[in-house]
Amino acid sequence: MRVTKSAAIAAALSLTALTANAGTLEDVQARGELNCVVTTGLTGFAAPNADGKWEGFDVDFCRAVAAAVLGDGSKVKFVPSTGKTRFTLLNSGEGDILFRNTTETMSRDADLKLSFLPVNYYDGQGFMVNKALGVASAKDLDGASVCIQTGTTTELNLADYFRSNSISYEPVPIETNEEARTNYLAGRCDVYTTDASGLAATRATFEAPGDHVLLPEIISKEPLGGAVRHGDDAWFDIAKWVVNALIDAEELGVNSGNVAELGAAAGNNPSINRLLGTEGDMGAMIGLDKQWAARAISAGGNYAEIFDRNIGPSTAIALERGLNALWKDGGILYSAPIR
Amino acid sequence: MTDQMKTKQYVPGEHPDMPPPAGISGPVAWVKNNLLSSPLNVVLTVISLWALYKIVPGSLEWMFFDAAYTGKDRNECLAKAGGACWAFVGERFELFTYGFYPAEERWRVNLAFILLPIALIPILWDKCPFRKIGIWFAIAYPFIAGWLLLGGFGLESVPTDKFGGFMLTLVIGVTGITFSLPIGILLALGRMSNLPIIRMFSVCFIEFIRGVPLITLLFVASTMLSYFLPPGTSFDLLLRVLIMVTLFASAYMAEVIRGGLQAIPKGQTEAADSMGLKYWQSMRLIVLPQALKISIPGIVNTFIGLYKDSVLVIVIGLLDPLGIGRASVATTEWGGLSTEIYVFVAIFFFISCFAMSRYSLYLERKLETSHKR
Repeated sequence: MRVTKSAAIAAALSLTALTANAGTLEDVQARGELNCVVTTGLTGFAAPNADGKWEGFDVDFCRAVAAAVLGDGSKVKFVPSTGKTRFTLLNSGEGDILFRNTTETMSRDADLKLSFLPVNYYDGQGFMVNKALGVASAKDLDGASVCIQTGTTTELNLADYFRSNSISYEPVPIETNEEARTNYLAGRCDVYTTDASGLAATRATFEAPGDHVLLPEIISKEPLGGAVRHGDDAWFDIAKWVVNALIDAEELGVNSGNVAELGAAAGNNPSINRLLGTEGDMGAMIGLDKQWAARAISAGGNYAEIFDRNIGPSTAIALERGLNALWKDGGILYSAPIR
Repeated sequence: MTDQMKTKQYVPGEHPDMPPPAGISGPVAWVKNNLLSSPLNVVLTVISLWALYKIVPGSLEWMFFDAAYTGKDRNECLAKAGGACWAFVGERFELFTYGFYPAEERWRVNLAFILLPIALIPILWDKCPFRKIGIWFAIAYPFIAGWLLLGGFGLESVPTDKFGGFMLTLVIGVTGITFSLPIGILLALGRMSNLPIIRMFSVCFIEFIRGVPLITLLFVASTMLSYFLPPGTSFDLLLRVLIMVTLFASAYMAEVIRGGLQAIPKGQTEAADSMGLKYWQSMRLIVLPQALKISIPGIVNTFIGLYKDSVLVIVIGLLDPLGIGRASVATTEWGGLSTEIYVFVAIFFFISCFAMSRYSLYLERKLETSHKR
């Protein structure tokens, strides 16, 4: 009995030793590098370019966090992950932060022990069909075969939607977006369903994108955002406020072009002064210096710049801001104030 | 009567060489014997010809004649030709070869690549000049290559997460092959040993590793180990993968070699014992040379399997050629060119695996001593 008791105490002690490591911020600063979990490749969100440099919407958020914490947006080690390994990599400590077009859900937050950062892309699940089918609404899809990625939230949404509308369908399970594209083009499924941003990105790679339409129905909410592990609130605050700072910067008209000028001396707008550290010391509250936000913004620009460069209307993916416009421009992007 | 007369014109043993009768040699006869020898063969030949006609011209057209070799993105390719878009592979060739290795340090990878055959030739080819020096170089090669790739001691150090592409495949393949053979031999001997502890250990190790899929071991290496190690220790991911892959291949290797050992009659060991040879001497001089010789096909089989299994590292976030390819397909410039990627990577793997398999055939023929049963 005594033996088991002391063994239990030893186990408990070693567990506390495991969890009582230095904070993630100290670890990252000691390492001089931010380990950021991204996808192994998703158009517009994260992919290496010809020189092996990672680029994309998610990647730019990683760089902004690195710039705020380490002073250099290039000091990021990208940890590519599949849909199955992303949370394990984060929770085991291989990654410090996750930006992998991940939908925030209650079970992921509570059960997988993640802390979700503010949403950086509001997405929803849509349908793509060939124009020749003459389908105008998802309700006309009775009996259709549907390409669907297994193990994602979209699979469950699809089942829910078709059941609640009493429509029958035939699922064609596939693993990756690339596989879905091939199957869809080969006619193995009539419909491809995934996040609307993903559909647009996939359609952009077709030889004749005009032959395919996205149906008007958006059947789910997919708020995509970054995440960190449970249990390190100081680190969570840093990541959260870097994302908020990028959104605030757009609202305040601060971008990578004028951030140096605006940050040089206090101006008339106290919000900008607080953001860029020319008035007060917001950075000290999260364990950083005064210029943390200025560095994050100069790394890849504010939210609008990141959006436009990677997935915006001028790119091949050509996504409109839509829901992701600022609240004052008709969207729902709304950051808590930095004060 | 006349026939007898004719045969008598030649003195026995001095019969001149005559061409074989028409109908048993030449292309027509070959076709007749090999392709049209029975009704079933005729049908199969026709089906094969039809399949070749359907596949070959189209593939050649796609791969070469109607392919685009230059262009900045997929649309330029499409505008030029309807076939493959090799400009994609061309533009990303360096990424495919070196992964994320820093551009100014890539000469080190090249040097390691060039030294690899120099190290291999003395081992693989026994008539190689200066073979003794060559073998010493081959033994030193893993350390030289490791120093070149990783840096330190005067070279700028490159972390292993910059490794990728073909270079990563070769690092995993060469390391796994180099270390799994000796470990496999030891495990096989251990499993057949008379010492119970060694035997138990070998059996447990082999059966455990063979009972678990490689992908599971890789997952353990990449994510689970961090839970067990003390916080703050960072144990290089590539090193963990190399250890796991090597252990995995060793277990299979051990069983292949045990098969070879069991085919050697017990009399051989007994003869060695009666000559006063110690255990290691009898193994090294009598048993293993014979056992390894008959295990060659199985050993090379394991090598090829290990080499190809290296693409599994994508599940733990290391980007081998296939991973680089998939990530590249996700860029806006080159979206949707997956066929080119798969063909390109397949050609690379085919070349390396085919070379290994041809070498094993050469080795078998060279060591052939007509002891086949």
